[in-house]
Amino acid sequence: MSDAPIISIRDLRKVYRVGEVEVQALRGVDLDVARGEFLSIIGPSGSGKSTLFHIIGGLTPPTSGSVHIAGLDLLGLTDAQRTELRKTSVGFVFQKYNLLPTLTARDNIEIARHIAHKNGPLDPQFEEVLKLLGIAGRLDHKPRALSGGEQQRVAIARAIVNHPAILLADEPTGNLDTENSNAVLGILRGLNDRLGQTILMITHNPEAAAYGHRVVRMRDGRIE
Amino acid sequence: MINKLVLENLKHRPVRTLLSILAIGIQVTMVLTLVGLSKGMLNDQARRAEGVGADILVRPPSGAIIISGGQMLARIIPVVIEKQPHVTVASGVLIYGTDLFKSITGIDLASFNKMSGGFRFVHGGPFQHPDDVMVDELYAAQHKLHVGDTIQEMNRPWRVSGIYIPGMLARMVVPLDTLQDLTANTGKVTLVYVKIDQPANINPAIAALSERLKEYKIFSMQDYVTLFSPGNIPMLTEFIYVVIGLGVLVGFLVVFLSMYTAVLERTREIGVLKALGASPGFILNILLRETTLLAVAGSILGIALAYGTRALIANLIPGTLVQDIVYLWWLISAAIALVGALLGAVYPGLKAARQDAIEALAYE
Repeated sequence: MSDAPIISIRDLRKVYRVGEVEVQALRGVDLDVARGEFLSIIGPSGSGKSTLFHIIGGLTPPTSGSVHIAGLDLLGLTDAQRTELRKTSVGFVFQKYNLLPTLTARDNIEIARHIAHKNGPLDPQFEEVLKLLGIAGRLDHKPRALSGGEQQRVAIARAIVNHPAILLADEPTGNLDTENSNAVLGILRGLNDRLGQTILMITHNPEAAAYGHRVVRMRDGRIE
Repeated sequence: MINKLVLENLKHRPVRTLLSILAIGIQVTMVLTLVGLSKGMLNDQARRAEGVGADILVRPPSGAIIISGGQMLARIIPVVIEKQPHVTVASGVLIYGTDLFKSITGIDLASFNKMSGGFRFVHGGPFQHPDDVMVDELYAAQHKLHVGDTIQEMNRPWRVSGIYIPGMLARMVVPLDTLQDLTANTGKVTLVYVKIDQPANINPAIAALSERLKEYKIFSMQDYVTLFSPGNIPMLTEFIYVVIGLGVLVGFLVVFLSMYTAVLERTREIGVLKALGASPGFILNILLRETTLLAVAGSILGIALAYGTRALIANLIPGTLVQDIVYLWWLISAAIALVGALLGAVYPGLKAARQDAIEALAYE
């Protein structure tokens, strides 16, 4: 792990307006994540962990405070700049896999490369990753023909195919049985160990959180 | 890759895709059939006018250029027209429209035969009696007529005396005197065909006739047949524009509904694409490509269906309607379909492009 934090967050606040009501989702979050770290964020519903995930992933702008991702300050980024961030620096893994149902597993991975303007052949290192994920033989199937565990592994492959600085995983085992959960968590840990992939994982499950190097707990929009 | 996504999206909902293509296809067929009928009917009329063998046509002062309207006194033929130099024969005909697409033409057989060289009969021969009618092969086929049969037109029976090869004058021809009496146009004709001794004398003859018949419309047949275009039929161009407008509206509505439901259905996928870094332009591009593909497929189907309508018309009502295939309008009707479809895709496309990624990802 490098000493320079890849994620540096100071006094991060996020206020949503729901009709006439202001909702303070984040109330001053401070967090540093080292390059190559596997961080688990755990907390109850409404604790603000998903909001933190969305801000780090460039899906929504912060209201105030500072968020630096690989040296880039996210405060004040335009929509187009946040789109660029998602394209180049962040990979997402979701609880519901979120594969495009009309495309094969291979094409689900390819579309992420296409969006990032990477249209050449897959690099040999990524071929190794596909073997590590155990989906090399399932790439020509559409999501409906894959098990939940296989779909999540394809989603992981899609998330890292462009070598993002950070892999964001939102409850990646939330829809999986224990065996598949352990497999997916083992894969995430393996990616972190072998490739030095920085991972932020949100989870409700303390056992899943334990796969990370460090666990932070969130409650009421703050890190405890 | 994006084209693959577009194709797979369309294949994913085959019924919706096929219905959209069918609706666009019907819209294209509607335009192509209307234009094909306009051109076909006019070209057929022009061919039949040419088939008469005349060099000059004289029409009364009133009435439109092509549509039969207004009458003139038949006595101008011997008094004025036949007295002009170079005129070898003049024959007046009376045209009486029985409905929108059907008319009966009355001729003076002797002068008409002298001009045209006579009808070429496949069955029977020229009329012998005042209530005889001659019909062309297409009319006979459509109405399953044979020589000796009786048909009912203008509230009276006519006996079919002969069936002739199409391409001359009209589909139904009766004696001029009979039609004049029946329509209270005794002594009147709708137009006069004039034959000139030599082609070189046509223009001088027209000039001389124009001098004598100042208010009349006098054309060389060569010029006259070029006037058979939709622009010279009152309201036809406007009618075509109305159908085109309807076509654009149909394409717009069909694609609007199709794409709107597609966008709603794919809300989550749009969120995923955005999470992957897809820009609003990328999302819009996908929907516009899908729309373009629907419009192109619909246009191809529409062109194929236009051949179908032509075959149907040619088999069922060859004596009433004639539909041409107008190749230029393949492009025009496809462009109309594309414009309507793209207009229909704009709102759903912008809705998709502006979709908030977090809300889209949370969409169930």
